[in-house]
Amino acid sequence: MAKHQLHPENWVDQHADYLFNYAVGRVSDAEIAKDLVQETFMAGLNSSKNFKGDAAERTWLVSILKRKVIDHYRKINSKKGKAEVRMSYSSDTEAEGDWLEQQVADPFSKDGDNVMENEELGMAIQDCMSKLPEKQAMVFKMKTIQDMSTEDICNELGINPSNLWVMIHRARTALMGCLNENWF
Amino acid sequence: MKITCEEASSICDKSQYKEAGWWEIFKLRLHLLYCKTCKKYSKKNSELTSLCDRAGLTVLTKEEKEKMKKDLEKNL
Repeated sequence: MAKHQLHPENWVDQHADYLFNYAVGRVSDAEIAKDLVQETFMAGLNSSKNFKGDAAERTWLVSILKRKVIDHYRKINSKKGKAEVRMSYSSDTEAEGDWLEQQVADPFSKDGDNVMENEELGMAIQDCMSKLPEKQAMVFKMKTIQDMSTEDICNELGINPSNLWVMIHRARTALMGCLNENWF
Repeated sequence: MKITCEEASSICDKSQYKEAGWWEIFKLRLHLLYCKTCKKYSKKNSELTSLCDRAGLTVLTKEEKEKMKKDLEKNL
């Protein structure tokens, strides 16, 4: 198999959204997530000579981002005691006298599963979107994720509405095929 | 009143973004009554919409990406 190569000049276009979604899923703050992605690119650039070409470029960048996320949590937890879980009796008078056990998360709740599943779904959609032709992906993202109006997109990209809908149609059909195996 | 499958799928796409008019929707519904292929497409299309909603996707804006590119170029 051919060795993978790095193309830092294409990193932002090809991987920024993917990495950004990955980071948002882990730090739940868009600003921090953006900084982490930027730091990842910088770190990738600085250590590009260590890239052996065994993994795909994106996989390699994700592994750097993972380190950055861990570093981020280390940093915010570095002050002693911050990582402790503290629990106090409820200050809410309604709940006064309730047992602490009643305050902890419901062990039978499926919320956690849903969060994880949605995150996985998000990454799957990102993966499928990166397989689309660049312009189709761009139009689809602007319309579906950024919720932009047809008119604004047409003005920005210099296309007419029927071009736009053709691209949306192709993108949606391709995504249905790509997500088909696991998500439909 | 009758529309082609091509028109039907186009209305179906627009309706995913709430950009189809009521008359178009009516014609689409009528078409779906007898066209199994479009019915299947329409079902999958709405599923895709709900998957995209559920995934809570975010993207960086064009400006944010431009800025990232510039910062990166400085270090290339």
